[in-house]
Amino acid sequence: MSGQVLEVEDLRVRLRTPRGPADVVNGLSYTVGPGETVAVVGESGSGKSVSVLALLGLLPARVATVTGRAVLQGEDLLTMKPERLRQVRGPGAGMVFQDPMTSLNPVLTVGRQLVEGIRAHGDVSKAAARRRAADLLGEVGLPDPERALDRYPHELSGGMRQRVVIAIALSNSPALLIADEATTALDVTVQAQIIDLIEGLQADRGTGVIWITHDLGVVAGIADRVLVMYGGRCVEDGTVDDVLERPAHPYTRGLLGALPDLAQPAVDGVVPDLATVPGTPPAPTDLPEGCVFWPRCPVRGDARCEHEQPPLVQIGSGPGLPHRAATWCTEEAP
Amino acid sequence: MFALVHLVPGDPVRLALGTRFSQESYDALRERSGLDQPLLEQFFGWAGRALSGDLGVSFRSGETVTSQIAERLPATLTLALASILVALVIAIPLGTISALRPRSIIDRIATVISQFGISVPDFWMGIVLILVFAGTLGWLPSGGYVPISEDPGAWLQRLLMPALVTGVVSGSVITRFVRSSVLEALGSDHVRTAQAKGLPTRQVFTWHVLRNALLPLVTVTGVQLAYLLSGVVVVEIVFSWPGLGQLALQAVQARDYPVLQGAILLFALVFLVINLVVDLLYTAIDPRIRR
Ligand SMILES: Nc1ncnc2c1ncn2[C@@H]1O[C@H](COP(=O)(O)OP(=O)(O)OP(=O)(O)O)[C@@H](O)[C@H]1O
Ligand SMILES: [Mg+2]
Repeated sequence: MSGQVLEVEDLRVRLRTPRGPADVVNGLSYTVGPGETVAVVGESGSGKSVSVLALLGLLPARVATVTGRAVLQGEDLLTMKPERLRQVRGPGAGMVFQDPMTSLNPVLTVGRQLVEGIRAHGDVSKAAARRRAADLLGEVGLPDPERALDRYPHELSGGMRQRVVIAIALSNSPALLIADEATTALDVTVQAQIIDLIEGLQADRGTGVIWITHDLGVVAGIADRVLVMYGGRCVEDGTVDDVLERPAHPYTRGLLGALPDLAQPAVDGVVPDLATVPGTPPAPTDLPEGCVFWPRCPVRGDARCEHEQPPLVQIGSGPGLPHRAATWCTEEAP
Repeated sequence: MFALVHLVPGDPVRLALGTRFSQESYDALRERSGLDQPLLEQFFGWAGRALSGDLGVSFRSGETVTSQIAERLPATLTLALASILVALVIAIPLGTISALRPRSIIDRIATVISQFGISVPDFWMGIVLILVFAGTLGWLPSGGYVPISEDPGAWLQRLLMPALVTGVVSGSVITRFVRSSVLEALGSDHVRTAQAKGLPTRQVFTWHVLRNALLPLVTVTGVQLAYLLSGVVVVEIVFSWPGLGQLALQAVQARDYPVLQGAILLFALVFLVINLVVDLLYTAIDPRIRR
């Protein structure tokens, strides 16, 4: 074993759409080590959510074809027997979904939705599961957790629902936590509380975290490494310092373009967001043959950009974790 | 509604008296039934009495309308409840399986069956059943009604075919609804959350798909039940089933205003009650409606 919590290798997802096959994830490879947090950033539609849903087999089978390898604690999730996958969902990997308004079942109480997840993975009495559920709700900062157990989702605000979804994901103390925009609906204080909670879990149990976000403040605050996705590919990854301070890919530089100084505290709770890059991302049904970013690229620094896909290769030769980028324009990197 | 009944051409008094009658007896009956008074007065008189439970007396038989309706009610109730049972037994599994395997062979077959059930006239289905099961095979009587208290065996034998016909028709409609609501529930985000928790497939299906698909099912079932309770005239006639549909039809033919008005009032009442029950059920199963 490699000692990684998760090893993703050449993950590809093709979706059947009315407009033909869409290549939404195109050869993604990365690892998440114990206690490590990998932030995944990228524009809307770059395939972030699809790539993590694919890991746990949560894409509709009739539409999605997933290939590659995704080894969680020594077992490949993509070739696992359904019953084993069911056992892994929860204790192996917990997931916080992007949309808190629709991620909970409207006709079941919050308590029930937590308890059933806890009881699916062990011989736990109803009463014990309920106690654990109340504790979890307390930990994610829900006021009056005992009463919240008997509430229905519609009786809670968006932020409260998001915390319930987080509590569900954490309820089986997963080895890997996948958080898809997990704190977007939360105010800064609650967000900080959740981040503390997860960092505690990482320190105690070595939980690996994949954190999908648009929020560069969060990236700078919690991530060990950053993976920048564009057009279903990883166009750049490396340590937070490398990627945020020495971005190599023109797309990353574009995203960071309007980034305020991270040393300055956020004003009025406003946390810096990713900048917008002019133009629109390519449609996954019709990807460019060369560099995915070429149609929007302001640099186009190489003759190969238009027709040849740049591989993801290590750049620079600094010590520590590798800094990789998929671009022909590396010479401009400072 | 009242006006509509009285607009039907034809004179009830004439029809009640037969072909040979004297002017005196005609006037006498007309006066007794209040038909000589202005229409508006007739209406308020009727409405006032109806409120106190008196629906008047049938022109044709001379019995009270309430007793006539009460006599027909058990047959109609029996058939309606049996039909809705048949409908649900067909629709829930068929619609669910179709939704689980959209565009599969099973789904296509289910679509054809429900299309058939919706478009084939019920009298035709009834006649075919009678020809096969009562005629050729001789397994079942071709029609009639026996109260369950008298002879449960005979009751069931006579109930089977009409319940099957109306059940298939309602069931076809409900199948469509079940299919689309299960399909919708299957695609909702919370189902993905349930799967991600590592719940067993069966639990995901029962509590996060079916439980949610149940909500629209309650409404359609209510509508179908209201329709069945208002008497399925054609099926009642084909199977000589003495229900409210037949009563209403006979009342129309005889211009028996009191009976017709009574029946229509009852249908309206049935509709209101079922709506109320559906609303109450909804409150019970959908926490979003509770306050
Ligand atoms: N079920 C689906 N069927 C067809 N296409 C889909 C489906 N789900 C996602 N897609 C497409 O896949 C692409 C990637 O979507 P994805 O949700 O992964 O983006 P994202 O990076 O998570 O964006 P966001 O930041 O908005 O969450 C998009 O083009 C989207 O339209
Ligand atoms: Mg997303």
